[in-house]
Amino acid sequence: MNKNVSIIKTNSGNIFNVAKAFEYIGSNVQLVSSKKDLLKSDYLIFPGVGAFAEGMKALENNDLNYSIKEWANKERPFLGICLGMQLLFECSEEFGFNKGLGLIKGKVNKLPESLKLKVPNITWERLYHGSPESTCHDNKDKVFKNHDFEKDLYFVHSYACYPQNNKSWLATTKYGDHNFCSVVKENNIYGFQFHPEKSGNAGLKLLEEFLKL
Amino acid sequence: MKKPRIIARLDIKGDNVVKGIRFEGLRIMGNPNDLAKKYYFEAADEIIYIDTVASLYGRNNLVDVVKKASNSIFIPMTVGGGVRNLEDAEKLLESGADKIAVNTGIINDKSLIKKLAQKIGSQALVISIHAKYRDHSFWEVFIDNGRESTGIDLKDWLKYVEGEGAGEIFITSIDRDGTEMGMDRLLLDTVKKVVKIPVIYSGGCTGYEEIIDLVKLYDIDAVAIGSILHYKKDTIKDIKLNLKKNNILTANNL
Repeated sequence: MNKNVSIIKTNSGNIFNVAKAFEYIGSNVQLVSSKKDLLKSDYLIFPGVGAFAEGMKALENNDLNYSIKEWANKERPFLGICLGMQLLFECSEEFGFNKGLGLIKGKVNKLPESLKLKVPNITWERLYHGSPESTCHDNKDKVFKNHDFEKDLYFVHSYACYPQNNKSWLATTKYGDHNFCSVVKENNIYGFQFHPEKSGNAGLKLLEEFLKL
Repeated sequence: MKKPRIIARLDIKGDNVVKGIRFEGLRIMGNPNDLAKKYYFEAADEIIYIDTVASLYGRNNLVDVVKKASNSIFIPMTVGGGVRNLEDAEKLLESGADKIAVNTGIINDKSLIKKLAQKIGSQALVISIHAKYRDHSFWEVFIDNGRESTGIDLKDWLKYVEGEGAGEIFITSIDRDGTEMGMDRLLLDTVKKVVKIPVIYSGGCTGYEEIIDLVKLYDIDAVAIGSILHYKKDTIKDIKLNLKKNNILTANNL
């Protein structure tokens, strides 16, 4: 059965490729930018490219911030990608202090730049299961059912998420010696820091598993 | 350690992927979508599409090509050729491009780099440079796909574009393009010393042995390959396997 996937369309961010990836794995995609359409969806995707404050403002301008919270509270599957993941958190230090949607407890901080490491971090990297503190290898989340942890995924970002709750921190990725959260989950809400729509077959597989939730 | 990106380069003229030697004597290599798909399934890390005649005719032909590609290719795509303003760039991004490559357009309007960086973000802005060796470590910048000289010194131009917000440099040696004679190491070393942003090297690649050398000697960020892939002298999959045998990791994305 084809799944109905809605992708939140605000002014910022390129969502064309996210839509194409979901179509490729056989779902019916619609782009939503109003509260009415948003609440009709089966799966809600929130992509994002750009700056935190602008992304948040675009949501507020479209009156979507409360709709997303309403959706999330109904425990329906939600996926934030890249900036869309970062906006799920309480706040970001990007360009001063900015408030996010606050659906997940924790912070969004700039990656620690150094001589060897460049920002934005544009790279293919793998996921490590769990948070740096608890790398338990049993009880893998359902979204990783078909994921090969040896595979690399595509990242483009300058900021990264650090969930407060260890249990929400589903996967870690390395930036040099530094660890950041690459997959977050709280109840029905997921966030991917990488771009599953640009990560080849491994990315498409993760999206397929998400649509089985 | 940084993983060097192995990128497939598609120079496009009309409906075809073409390849010449030093940008001349173009031969048809195949259909853009067929070749892009082939390289995608061979584990390319990115695909670069360049419309070779866009600046000459004042338009970019690649919107439809990229739109079609985005139905079946799920890795980053950089698209360039004939980008003269913000609208051209945005149109390509809306059609499925992840990054925009600019060359002639920014020489004609030098304020465009900053405008593009602010609008689409540095991470999506690739500055394409075609350089021709003159003498005494002096390379001249060329536009219109290697047809027109500008008198601009490569080093000055690199500093300028980095300062204006370029996200990445895509440098092609005109002297080596399509020759399979080996990459211009002096050029590579020069560019690397001038800019801090990532650099994609192109022009003259002979195969995996050379890439291994370049990674070890110059710690290169990325290499863009055309000829040896189109003429089936090597595959991205084999290049990556051979790098791995030499302890050089690349993206594991097959």
